Amino acid sequence: MIREFGFIDFMYLLAAARWTVALSGVAFLGGGLVGLLVALMRVTPLAPVRWLATIYVQAVQGTPLLAWLFLFYFGLPLVGLVVNPWIAAATAFAIYAGAFLGDIWRGALAAIPRTQWEAGASLGLSFLDQLRYIIMPQAVRIAIPPTVGFLVQLIKNTSLAAAIGFVELTREAQITNASTFRPMTVFVIVAAIYFAMCFPLTQWSRYLEQRLHVAR
Amino acid sequence: MGYRFNFRDVFAQQDFLLEGLVLTLQLSFVAMALGLLVGVTGAALRLYGPRPVRAVVATYVEAIRNTPLLVQLFLVFFGLPSLGIRLDATTASIIALTVNLGAYATEIVRAGLQAIPRAQIEAGVSLGLSRLQVFRYIVLMPALRVMYPALASQFILLMLATSVVSQISAPDLFHTASIIQSRTFRDFEVYIVVAALYLALALAFRLAFAGLYQVAFARR
Amino acid sequence: MSLVELSHVVKRFGTNTVLDDVSMTVAPGEIIAVIGRSGSGKSTMLRCINGLEPIQDGRILFDGAVVNDPQTDLRALRQRVGIVFQSYNLFPHLSVEKNITLAPRVVKNMSESEARELAREVLRKVGLEEKIGAYPDQLSGGQQQRVAIARSLAMRPQLMLFDEITSALDPELTGEVLKVLEAMAGDGMTMLLVTHEIGFAKRVASRVVFMHQGRIWEEGTAAETLSAPRTQELETFLSAVLH
Repeated sequence: MIREFGFIDFMYLLAAARWTVALSGVAFLGGGLVGLLVALMRVTPLAPVRWLATIYVQAVQGTPLLAWLFLFYFGLPLVGLVVNPWIAAATAFAIYAGAFLGDIWRGALAAIPRTQWEAGASLGLSFLDQLRYIIMPQAVRIAIPPTVGFLVQLIKNTSLAAAIGFVELTREAQITNASTFRPMTVFVIVAAIYFAMCFPLTQWSRYLEQRLHVAR
Repeated sequence: MGYRFNFRDVFAQQDFLLEGLVLTLQLSFVAMALGLLVGVTGAALRLYGPRPVRAVVATYVEAIRNTPLLVQLFLVFFGLPSLGIRLDATTASIIALTVNLGAYATEIVRAGLQAIPRAQIEAGVSLGLSRLQVFRYIVLMPALRVMYPALASQFILLMLATSVVSQISAPDLFHTASIIQSRTFRDFEVYIVVAALYLALALAFRLAFAGLYQVAFARR
Repeated sequence: MSLVELSHVVKRFGTNTVLDDVSMTVAPGEIIAVIGRSGSGKSTMLRCINGLEPIQDGRILFDGAVVNDPQTDLRALRQRVGIVFQSYNLFPHLSVEKNITLAPRVVKNMSESEARELAREVLRKVGLEEKIGAYPDQLSGGQQQRVAIARSLAMRPQLMLFDEITSALDPELTGEVLKVLEAMAGDGMTMLLVTHEIGFAKRVASRVVFMHQGRIWEEGTAAETLSAPRTQELETFLSAVLH
């Protein structure tokens, strides 16, 4: 059933991009929560907690994201959950993004001089209060540019969810290509849509980075 | 819960796993070598080339870095044949991976070269060294040292990213998983084993890069 | 009764012994200048007193509480011991006012208006009331250090520790900081200060402690110790510092 690639196909692709955005958003939120926990675990004074977080980050950063997608896609049914690309993809992406964001944010926390912690401790602030009032506000400024940069990675990587049948932009492209057989047209358009989503973020991240360096 | 793991069936397919592993390593090494070549060339053109060439390189870097590798792979494997260029899955994979890594490597090498302060180069020039000598004796090693960690982690990311070639059925380690899965129906176990193999590879790469760093840059 | 008491304190970093059997006492109202070469252990001793550095042997008492006992509530103790650092360590993201009011608000649950009044009061003491709305990077080094002193004072400490607080300052800025210290001395504050300002020590300190190779090498009244050193090491040190 090969038909011509028309304007309607372009609109379908554009519409599918909203699932790319949605999955990116869910992944960023889930990953953000996991990442925050990981970053905090890695600066606690308790060594075993730090190790646990480090092992987690190393394990995720040492395996392909595709593997996590398939592990959850095939693994979740084993614990009694229905096979659902949404749940599998959201979980896998939260795990994946959590490790990378956790690492980025730990770096930002570590970039704050030890003397700032000491100054807080000397005033009688608790560990959590030092973190909340002194370290975090300063670390956030450092963390924002690389976080935006990672968001670009995340958006691009949601394309891998196509492999487990999650219909987002890339999967829709495969479907459109199968029925119109215009691969060059379809994939160039899809690449352009990704570019339109990612490039502004890349530029923004760069701008924030420069501003940070000028500021201090 | 009640699930009984069975890894024996998976390990019985070790020949497949090994074949996949070998292709994954081949893809990684070839793409690293070619990607680095593209990166060095790209960085040189980006910094010292004529203005239009610089713009072309910049466009290449931005285009690649802001689109998914999977889409790039599809363009090469499915798109090029419609222009009359027919490629097998492995060749298409090597091209896509090289083009992808090349863009990242260009940025890393450029940043490394730019990290050398102008004063260093001026000091060399004022000692009467030629431009080539300045590059060889003053710029090269410090620049390499700056870019090495970034390149090493980019290489590891690339090795892991080679898994996407399974999506065009190139018989890499990840693709063997789906073959073994269809033979044993042990889908969960297969992906655990494959994930563990990638993790082992990543650790081995990291150790190798750290060792290489010691050899190349220690006590200098 | 003494406010601080160190007995046979030993502090090591790895195999490097930084404090070697140090014993001394600080009575309420005393102003003690600790002098000595860099690496003689004077800053470390200060940091041990408010528990920033753990010690390997001996005992440190503050107002009857054992500082190096894991059971001791270090947070409560630190509220009563102020410390000012060489590098000011102001919080760069907070205004002068917030730098000062953070701990009173968070640790002592002081109301905002009360804390602001307190900030004004301590800033007046260091002569910087008009800088209450400024940010640290808008201040000179001397002004930042005075704000750091005000920040400590806002906790109403019983003891103030000063760790080479003028070492990072240009000579013309050193004077304004030392003037603040002198005023505090006049108010009867108990102070332990590590310093290279021998003239200041002579003028203000009630006692001088000379540290050398991790030990208290010589101590006595400021006038005696500084004008008539008993040991060769102190004599060498003084002539090096004074010229």
